[in-house]
Amino acid sequence: MITYTQNFILESMEAKSSVEEKVLLSGNEAIALGAHEAGVKVASAYPGTPSTEILENLSTYKGIYTEWAPNEKVAVEVALGASFAGVRALASMKHVGLNIAADPLFTSAYTGVRGGLVIITADDPEMHSSQNEQDNRNYAFAAKIPMLEPSDPAEAKEFLKIAFEISEEFDTPVLFRSTTRVSHVKGLVSTGEVQSSKGKASIEKMPEKFVMLPANARKRRRELEKRMEKLRALAENFAENKIEWGDKTKGFITSGVSYLYVKEAFPEASVLKLGMVYPFPEKMLKSFAREIDEVFIVEELDPFIELHVKAMGIGCKGKELIPAYGELNPHIVRKAIKGDGKENLFEPMEIPQRPPNLCPGCPHRGVFHAISRLGVFVSGDIGCYTLAALKPLSAMDSCVCMGASIGIAFGMEKALGKEALGKIIAVIGDSTFIHSGITGLIDIVYNRGFTTVVILDNRTTAMTGHQPNPSTGQTIAGDYSTVIDLEAICRAIGVTHVRTVNPNDVETTYKVLKQEVERPEPSVVITRYPCVLLPEMRKRKDKPRYMIIQKNCTGCRSCVKLGCPAIEWVPVTEQEAKDLGFKVKQKGYSRINVVLCDGCGQCVTLCKFNAIVLDESDREKR
Amino acid sequence: MKSGNVIFCGVGGQGILFASEITSFVLMKSGFDVKKSEVHGMAQRGGSVVAHLRYGEKIYSPLIEPGTVDIEVAFEMLESVRYLPYLKQESRLIVNMQKILPSSVVTGAERYPDDVLAELRKRGLAVFPIDAYETAKSLGEIRAVNMVLIGALSVFLPAKDGAFLAVIRERVQEKFLGVNMAAFNKGRDIIKRMQDEGDRTHDKILA
Repeated sequence: MITYTQNFILESMEAKSSVEEKVLLSGNEAIALGAHEAGVKVASAYPGTPSTEILENLSTYKGIYTEWAPNEKVAVEVALGASFAGVRALASMKHVGLNIAADPLFTSAYTGVRGGLVIITADDPEMHSSQNEQDNRNYAFAAKIPMLEPSDPAEAKEFLKIAFEISEEFDTPVLFRSTTRVSHVKGLVSTGEVQSSKGKASIEKMPEKFVMLPANARKRRRELEKRMEKLRALAENFAENKIEWGDKTKGFITSGVSYLYVKEAFPEASVLKLGMVYPFPEKMLKSFAREIDEVFIVEELDPFIELHVKAMGIGCKGKELIPAYGELNPHIVRKAIKGDGKENLFEPMEIPQRPPNLCPGCPHRGVFHAISRLGVFVSGDIGCYTLAALKPLSAMDSCVCMGASIGIAFGMEKALGKEALGKIIAVIGDSTFIHSGITGLIDIVYNRGFTTVVILDNRTTAMTGHQPNPSTGQTIAGDYSTVIDLEAICRAIGVTHVRTVNPNDVETTYKVLKQEVERPEPSVVITRYPCVLLPEMRKRKDKPRYMIIQKNCTGCRSCVKLGCPAIEWVPVTEQEAKDLGFKVKQKGYSRINVVLCDGCGQCVTLCKFNAIVLDESDREKR
Repeated sequence: MKSGNVIFCGVGGQGILFASEITSFVLMKSGFDVKKSEVHGMAQRGGSVVAHLRYGEKIYSPLIEPGTVDIEVAFEMLESVRYLPYLKQESRLIVNMQKILPSSVVTGAERYPDDVLAELRKRGLAVFPIDAYETAKSLGEIRAVNMVLIGALSVFLPAKDGAFLAVIRERVQEKFLGVNMAAFNKGRDIIKRMQDEGDRTHDKILA
């Protein structure tokens, strides 16, 4: 998909390098194109929905160094370093990633930049794929950094280029906020010319600017206030802060994707659209409000614009009408303002929900089945495996943020004391462990705990679409690199008991976990088997397939408890049970859907009646 | 200029994003402004997946409003009723007859509804059922299910002549082009035949 888009763009640009061409791009593809056109030289990121495709796309352009960093803090530091060396740089991440990166972010506002520096945050209102829906516009205010917010892919590309101009002109990092409905929306985008890179990389020592000792930081702090003054002046004349005059009985102040919803719901109304959501154009806002009978602020999540506009003494309505959580859409906006909407709609039907599920053959499933048999408190983490919290596995008892599984499990251990032995386990993925789990493990060892940590090593960062990470030994560009040895890391930290198992062997996994969780010393169990969606796993030719011998099935449902999509429960009536040769009381039987079975074999040992066997029937055909 | 709202729905892994992508490119090449919205990440793991596609002279919102869908393409039968509030009386529904059981049905906790199509027809909706899985299978390529459905959808879209062909050529590997084109044409023919039959029945009623 990506390759196509890239080729398409590159081809069309080669053909007519100076002529604008319209292409269909997602917001994230457009941001990558914008970075390319802006002459960015260094880009770093940690994958996270809805931001991931920005770096994936950028990595296909020539002449830009791109990388997956171990976490967002490192990504921002790498981008800041490139800026210190005089080239244009960016870091991108999902909203919660900026929490990790907040430390370098706040102080980068003090140092300012040499090459332009843009930090992209992709927020996720409605929490389509996130644990919270924080509004990262608040970071712009808190860190005193200007923030641009596009409303669609076309703007995303243009705004990114503008962000670099502002960064260099005002000696400041610039925050760039996208949301799911900008990043994952496709729209028409005009290609532009590629700017030749501004300035060459060089080393320049500027300690008053780059060394934030208190004495220097105090000076820079004063500079920061002067800079904000200049940025406020910029906001008044900024071309992307614009008023579209219409009917003046109602006027809307809005930004980002909310602007599109306002235009759809109230095409006749006057609209003030903020392309820069921080700092604010106070004069412009006041002159707009003076002309309007009733001013409405339409924004997703926090009353960010509203609070600032109200602080200016402008009378307006906002969150008393517009929901403060979840995504908006034209329907919600119209209904909130007018008090009515199209309501003669079809009623929804009561049908089974279809939540996401671990894939058939997923190696995580075996681990969580084994863990659920231990009856322990499972302190979980962020990744595909968080889905183990759902029925029927129900094998996760907490999940807070990247890396939190280990600290939380250890905190529970310390609260309970010796009582905790054998009752708590931390579960974390390979990429998440490297992101921010290592320090938690150090805490356990250093402070003489015994909490067991399970590292689910499926050889990839699966949830966000299979990015390589330091433990897979490949870079974003597909080059081979050093493979971080997870066992060696754990031993180097001081864990004596580090054991590795194949999670598809559910019985061994259970035995090893039981031994380690009861051990009064720190221990790590690494469950290693590749994600079945990895290309090399999909291409396997010798994949076995399993079947259930119907007459052997007693309907005990042991296999069903795995929650494998390929194992189906078929309910039967008393008569049917009789006809099928089952005991009259048997309520049903299990069968394996051959189309879905991936051949992991986890279910085989769970059946005490030897009903699950290799399906040899169509081996030759395959 | 014509405009329209198309909703694509089904189960993660069925190729919904690819189908909506092809359609978006076709409409763009046919001179429309286009916006398509979809969701990635956790939602894709075997869960319900939906994509909104809007086209017209100038499109603002990337999301379709409830009660304004012109065409629904359901890649799975149960999913065809999940977005009922988005439909209107005049909506046309292309429904793949394939059933994929949700996890609650697989484990026996819930039942798959008996007659999904009847539920839709009961509401007076124009339903075009199509067995895209069997159609693709008969062509020897079960992965072409989405192409059968794209062919079916093409009947209802104001695309320029040859636009679908051009985009499919760009997007599909050379060695799979033949079977994909066959799947596209088959899907298109099935719906066209249904339309003709519908017209004839309509004429009879009028006569």
